[in-house]
Amino acid sequence: MNTGRRQDPAAAVADAHRREWAFVLAATARVAGDIDLAEECVQDAYVAALDAWSRQGVPRNPGAWLTTTARRRAIDARRRDRTLRGKLPLLVEPDPPVAGSAPPQPPSGEDDVIPDDRLRLVFTCCHPALAREAQVALTLRLVCGLTTTEIAQAFLVAEPTMAARVTRAKKKISAARIAYRVPGAAELPDRLDAVLTVVHLLYTTGHMAPAGTDVVRADLVERALDLARMLHSLMPDEREVRGLLALLLLTDARRATRADGDGRLLLLAEQDRSRWDRAAIAEGMAMVPGALRGGRPGRFAVQAAIAALHAEAPSYDETDWRQIVQLYDTLLTVWTSPVVALNRAVALAMAEGPAAGLVQIEELEQDGRLADYRYLPAAKADLLRRLGRREEAARDYRTALALAENAAERDFLARRIAEVCGHA
Amino acid sequence: MAEYMILICEDENGYATAGPQVWQQAMEAHTRFAQQVEEKGGKVVSGNALQPTSTATSIRGDVVTDGPFAETKEALGGYYLIEARDLDHALDIAKLCPAPFGGVEVRPVMDLSG
Repeated sequence: MNTGRRQDPAAAVADAHRREWAFVLAATARVAGDIDLAEECVQDAYVAALDAWSRQGVPRNPGAWLTTTARRRAIDARRRDRTLRGKLPLLVEPDPPVAGSAPPQPPSGEDDVIPDDRLRLVFTCCHPALAREAQVALTLRLVCGLTTTEIAQAFLVAEPTMAARVTRAKKKISAARIAYRVPGAAELPDRLDAVLTVVHLLYTTGHMAPAGTDVVRADLVERALDLARMLHSLMPDEREVRGLLALLLLTDARRATRADGDGRLLLLAEQDRSRWDRAAIAEGMAMVPGALRGGRPGRFAVQAAIAALHAEAPSYDETDWRQIVQLYDTLLTVWTSPVVALNRAVALAMAEGPAAGLVQIEELEQDGRLADYRYLPAAKADLLRRLGRREEAARDYRTALALAENAAERDFLARRIAEVCGHA
Repeated sequence: MAEYMILICEDENGYATAGPQVWQQAMEAHTRFAQQVEEKGGKVVSGNALQPTSTATSIRGDVVTDGPFAETKEALGGYYLIEARDLDHALDIAKLCPAPFGGVEVRPVMDLSG
């Protein structure tokens, strides 16, 4: 958007908040040596930007302007308050020789040559010594720049609870000396998986809000996509990063068709495929081969391949269900999850008929690990309905209804119950 | 370098019922562990095994009672105080710490020097 024309400074600040927050904070954390101080300085820099850019115009590189301003403030604050160093310092290490993923750092010394520390920030937020919910909260707060209030709202958690979660996690980073660094090659696969899991969790939370009325919580979805794009730009050779971005793009291409005009949930079979986002599908499809190639594909790559088959199918019935079943078999070898097995059963029902799928679902029911998972009784009910076993179908739809919290989902299940009971 | 405490929490019955050979193996494993810490670039500051919780005496206020402070299935049975560069380094070391009948907890030592 930097075409030299005069921009609205408020819009430019908002845009820079969205695009540059992670870069600015990550670079400031290095000189601040303390996450709280870094956050404070970055917030100050954004406030200062609004004033300065109103008077002097929007700089050519807003991110560099913000980073320089925030870093100066951090250096000043440390000079003023030397005791700060004695408190709980963030463990900032000099650049170690890191796995091929990180680009070589440019020589520092110049004020405008700022190392890209965003990966350090992401890996610190998603360190395995932090609980998953803390990883998620910290990523939104530190990498995406969301306020605690916004994060609390997104996860339907009371604000003080979320504030305590964030504070506790930050304190652990300092007190336990979780290093501000990108893990070495040996640890990288596991550590990267944790990062991708957090981004995927953000997406799914936004995509299918666990409760409330909106089927899609657009902001979380956008943030997850931004994060996946950022990771892909920083680690272009990591196949699973590519797989995750492809998966999110291909899934999100269906966003506009997931509910009808009244906010009612529409299943894949009912969605208007002509309204799927073709640009997102093309972008996602182009990434799938590269994610799959070069050794055993990871779980995100395989899920992306499944999403690609859905995206290119002319209709639900004309989907290549046999290949989807095969991909689920592959997925189960890298990710033994009962949820994956349930999805495979649904695909099998499409490939070989509802009876074949039902056998698999009944086995999963016996297994018990999905006892509280609403999609199991919902999927089972659907197969029973297709087999004409209406009373059993109604019973399982009711079980699913009792477990569902999202209003759109509840409404969908209630309609199905009415339908199989003959009141539709 | 920072200090971390590795707390070894194990089911005491494990050793009690397993016999002297298992105990002997555990002792050898701990000797090996001390060497491994050095190889990993860390340092054992101190370490000890504790007598079982049946020998513990607890004091709350000024009331002295027989037994451990809290009854748990896996009790503190020993510890190492180590030096490590950061949490990742400490965890890398602690993963090697023998605890066949339980696990270990890693806690940073509070630095009160500042």
